[in-house]
Amino acid sequence: MNTLQQIRFIWKPLVFLACLLPALLVVGAAFEVTGNLGANPIEAILDRFGNWALRFILLTLAITPLRRITDWNWLSRFRRMLGLFTFFYAFMHFLTWLILDRELRLSDILEDLTERPFIALGSIAVVLLSALAVTSFTAIRRRMGRNWQRLHNAAYLVGILGVWHYWWQVKKDVTEPLIYAAILAVLFAARLVWHWHRKKKWGQ
Amino acid sequence: MLIKKPADIRSSEITSETNYLNRRDFIRAGAIAGGSLLAPAAMAAVVPEQRLARLANVADSPFSTDETPNSFEDISTYNNFYEFGLGKDDPAVQAENFKPRPWAIEVAGHAEKTGTFDFDEFMKPFDLEERIYRMRCVEAWSMVIPWVGISLADVVKHFQPTSKAQYVAFETLNDRGQMPGLSGRSLDWPYREGLTIAEATNPLPILAVGIYGNSIPNQNGAPIRLVTPWKYGFKGIKSIVKISFTSTRPKTSWNMAAAREYGFYANVNPSVDHPRWSQARERRIGSGIFASKQETLMYNGYGEHVAHLYKDLNLRRNF
Repeated sequence: MNTLQQIRFIWKPLVFLACLLPALLVVGAAFEVTGNLGANPIEAILDRFGNWALRFILLTLAITPLRRITDWNWLSRFRRMLGLFTFFYAFMHFLTWLILDRELRLSDILEDLTERPFIALGSIAVVLLSALAVTSFTAIRRRMGRNWQRLHNAAYLVGILGVWHYWWQVKKDVTEPLIYAAILAVLFAARLVWHWHRKKKWGQ
Repeated sequence: MLIKKPADIRSSEITSETNYLNRRDFIRAGAIAGGSLLAPAAMAAVVPEQRLARLANVADSPFSTDETPNSFEDISTYNNFYEFGLGKDDPAVQAENFKPRPWAIEVAGHAEKTGTFDFDEFMKPFDLEERIYRMRCVEAWSMVIPWVGISLADVVKHFQPTSKAQYVAFETLNDRGQMPGLSGRSLDWPYREGLTIAEATNPLPILAVGIYGNSIPNQNGAPIRLVTPWKYGFKGIKSIVKISFTSTRPKTSWNMAAAREYGFYANVNPSVDHPRWSQARERRIGSGIFASKQETLMYNGYGEHVAHLYKDLNLRRNF
């Protein structure tokens, strides 16, 4: 097997399973096989999916800077998968809110969206992620041409909205949102530095 | 390999829920059979020092709800007590080595009797009662908890507040050595709460010293905490070391932290929403993943006892 085949047939399935593990653990905990969800299971499910969505958007955004620093070009082969897992966990978080928490009551859903800005922010992030997920197929990417990259730059916006959503939701202690925000800031700084270098190079 | 940690509470010391419920039936049956002949004489409140020890001479109360109480597991592992961490499962772990004895309670301010009292001395004049109350958290979840405690009205009267006493203020222990959460600045310590004198002399509020017939676990506010069932749970200040009678409204912790979100009164009110949580409905802990939420009742269903306290108050402004 050459490197590409190794990535495709060995590493991708392994990474896929690893990414799925947190979701399997939530399902396992719901049936009290892998621990349990505590006294308020719905809150626990919401928190776990939400946290993983944030971790995956940061991982996805970290791929490109990491690839530039290390020159490990194979990293980019995993970017789409990580992005789709961001969508998966964010969407599960969204569905948990919609079905288990709000019980599909339209009045409750509208009240949350209009009166709780953090929920509106999170919902915008899910809508954006859905658009990115739908356009993630290679065929669509080709057909979209330069617009594809324009659209997919929204991944940065998703990162900001996600961390902001978490920050506003927290009742008192913002330590965890702060950690996510700091990582996001580092990722942005890395891109800025790289962008600045490239400009300088081309200017000469 | 599974390493079993020895439990420091023998299982024989814990009343199971079924036994507990049977016990209540037994007491009721006894009360009917014995009639007024066996009416218990008022007994001084004695709270054993031993952890989760059985409380004796606990009278039933007409204020108790018939709803099924939450399991001891739910009550003792899911609660907010920021002095022991911010997660709801933190207090059960971090309060493990907390020492609820020796304990002193200072009574201060506009009252005839003031001073610092040892816990046993403080408790002596009062009778223990079981009060099974609904507990509604501002975070839109609720439980039913079988508290054992003493009437706050009795306590207030005992210390004979003067006419200047308009409010009763409470403070939690502020001991960094024992309460790891105090090193974080999540709230302005010590935790503070307060009631108007009319609220404090209402028959509903209690100072709780037990749950499920045993002395109260550390994580739930040992050795003594406030319970005001018609208010959001954060009014229920835990591990109380100071009670003062004041002429002005005392500062209260969550109100100091975010006045727009947490008012002084904090009465349960389904029609006044919180910026983070709709208060119209609540999730009853222990009802399972697919159970739907239930409607939240005005004053958490205790309106007949407390609504008159607020008849001249704009509840939207005084939330």
